[in-house]
Amino acid sequence: MKFISKYRRHKFATPVLLLIALSALGFTFSAATAAPNQSAATASARSTLIEEGKEIFLKGCSSCHGLNAEGAAIAPALIGVGAASVDFMVATGRMPMQDMSQQAMRKAPVYNEEEVAALAAYVASLAHGPRAYTNAEIKWERDGNTAEGGELFRNNCAMCHNFAGQGGALSQGKYAPTVMGVEARHIYEAMIIGPQAMPVFNDKIITPEEKLSIIKWIKSAESEPALGGAALGRVGPVTEGLLVWTLGLGLLIGIAVWLTAKAR
Amino acid sequence: MTARERIAGNVANYVDERTGAAAWMKKNLQKVFPDHWSFMLGEIALYSFVILLLSGTFLTFWFDPSMRHVVYEGSYQPLKDVEMSAAYASTLHISFDVRGGLLMRQIHHWAALIFLAAIVAHLMRVFFTGAFRKPREFNWILGIGLLTLGIVEGFLGYSLPDDLLSGTGIRIAHAIIQSIPVVGTYLSFFAFGGAFPGEIFIPRIYIVHVLLLPGIFLALITVHLMLVWYQKHTQYPGPGRTEKNVVGYPLMPVYMAKAGGFFFIVFGITALLGAVASINSVWLFGPYTPAQISAGSQPDWYMGWLDGLVRMAPPIETYIFGHTISWNILIPGLIIPGIIFTGMALYPFIESWMSGDKSEHHLLDRPRNVPNRTALGVMSLTFMLVTLINGGNDIIATHFDLTINQIMWFSRIGVIVLPPLAFVITKRICLSLQRRDRELVLHGKETGRLVMLPHGEFIEVHEELSAAKKFTLTQHVQPQAIALVTEDKQGVLNPKGIRAKIQAKLSKANAENIAKPTATELKELESGHH
Repeated sequence: MKFISKYRRHKFATPVLLLIALSALGFTFSAATAAPNQSAATASARSTLIEEGKEIFLKGCSSCHGLNAEGAAIAPALIGVGAASVDFMVATGRMPMQDMSQQAMRKAPVYNEEEVAALAAYVASLAHGPRAYTNAEIKWERDGNTAEGGELFRNNCAMCHNFAGQGGALSQGKYAPTVMGVEARHIYEAMIIGPQAMPVFNDKIITPEEKLSIIKWIKSAESEPALGGAALGRVGPVTEGLLVWTLGLGLLIGIAVWLTAKAR
Repeated sequence: MTARERIAGNVANYVDERTGAAAWMKKNLQKVFPDHWSFMLGEIALYSFVILLLSGTFLTFWFDPSMRHVVYEGSYQPLKDVEMSAAYASTLHISFDVRGGLLMRQIHHWAALIFLAAIVAHLMRVFFTGAFRKPREFNWILGIGLLTLGIVEGFLGYSLPDDLLSGTGIRIAHAIIQSIPVVGTYLSFFAFGGAFPGEIFIPRIYIVHVLLLPGIFLALITVHLMLVWYQKHTQYPGPGRTEKNVVGYPLMPVYMAKAGGFFFIVFGITALLGAVASINSVWLFGPYTPAQISAGSQPDWYMGWLDGLVRMAPPIETYIFGHTISWNILIPGLIIPGIIFTGMALYPFIESWMSGDKSEHHLLDRPRNVPNRTALGVMSLTFMLVTLINGGNDIIATHFDLTINQIMWFSRIGVIVLPPLAFVITKRICLSLQRRDRELVLHGKETGRLVMLPHGEFIEVHEELSAAKKFTLTQHVQPQAIALVTEDKQGVLNPKGIRAKIQAKLSKANAENIAKPTATELKELESGHH
């Protein structure tokens, strides 16, 4: 190294060394940051989505759920509920609530799909929680089994949602809503998060494949034509009894009156 | 004599010479029956029974009353490869793979509902018009027996397909059997051949449903009708109708045609319901397994009141001397129905005792003229209606945005408060209607025609009722209260004691009526007091 060391007091030594050091630093830095840079666009998009979500949240949700989603006396904290809860509650119209009654009910959603996604991203950013799904991900048509889904439904769901998924009453005005006409992803998310009075059916209790089967059975019940004629609400003997006393006996008595109208 | 008449005569003569049927036929085909729509309610029940026999026989050709485990391979895809009992699988087979099977199943079930609805409507008619009075008390008891059997028969039929709903029904029946103190457990083991649900229950109730009970039905219906035949039909009061005659049309040809036609109308309406309205869609319920239950599980309407009673019972249970007694099942499931049905069966005797009326009656009462009985009937119906509403509390809650708890408390309070209220209101309405009748007889109908007299006075012209109408409104006998005799002339106390006091009280209430116009009152009016 003599040949380098003899120039150590050369007047250009310091600038050259500085140049080398700075270049090394620069290249190292650029090399180190090169990989993350490739997804920089989506990262900034996500942070924008979260920002948007936060804005919607502050306007539409924070008066009950708190400015930082920390919850309040009338509404629970949303830290850790995950995107699945937001997608289920907001995209089905349950949130924002129409009134402070026993239970948030399904209605026309207040926010559109993009707004729901933004809200979900914001709430998911607060803490880890179950993720939201898209309908395309839920491949119930391909992977589900209708009959097995029916068995699972009767074992786990029918006691509240009724044998035909028409819904049923719970105590004190709470109720299990009908599962007819619900999007596949919302059924799936509901099983994961257990919204409102519903218990959680996690992937150990009902595996993802079984969840798809349940959805397939629900969709099959939904599209099943009324095989025996007017379905009478598919709620069992109550409407049948009503019909027999009104239309059935009503017609028969009417005819009896007609038959004896000319009696002396 | 034409050739046709000669041949018909020869045939008739041939039969008559060998059976002697002519005299019997002549007498009975000319038998007269009164005509009124309310007399056809029992007919509806009878014809539904015939429809039940016919459609039920059709179903037995394919139904397999067995709890043998099978795997479903039929054409209803949502249940493909599901394990179930042969009973349920064969019900699905009838519904989907037998031509006309679903229609027949639905006709059978609708006919069952109509059968019981018609029985109850018939019972109401008989009750409110007093047709159960002497000499028809036994027929009334037979009728109550038929109603009871009908409820049991209907429930067994509902239980046969072994679907989730019917299994739930059997589970409740099982609980009610078990609630009987001391022997309940043994009885349930006896009925189910061991622990619930076992393997034996479906075959057992099948044979009871298709053989034993229909047989008893046929026998009882025959006696029921023979008694009507022998005692003759009651009739509504009117001119020319007395306790000693029957005014109406002869059986042949009028009632042969009418009744025959009406049978087909009943069949037609039942078939119409079976064709357009789904009933007991067992394929939706799924097969029964004791681990499963569905929200909104309900019995058919004729058991709804019983279910409603059980649903409203507060959870009371005692544990004494090693025996658990579930009062919350025992009282609503057995004791109250027992009291109701015993009370119904004994009612003709109770009323006869209350009113002291021991005479024969073939003329019917207009309900308003017997306010106490009418009020009692409406009171019972109110009780039944409240319990029935509570039986459907979950369906009502979801469909009318109410809470189950509200409905339950409404029913708990209502079942005690509303029936007496209904009694009082009905009695007042009856008395008011009696006042109206009295007014009509004495002053005629308001015509709405105002006339100005020469001196300027306005009067409304009343149109006098026809003599026939007047007769109809005044022909009834108003009961007198039984005077209470506490001791006779010698000062001996009435041996009946408290019973005499109760009887006097009840007969006083029973005799509470608006005095109908007397002959003198009418005469006074006719002699120009108007």
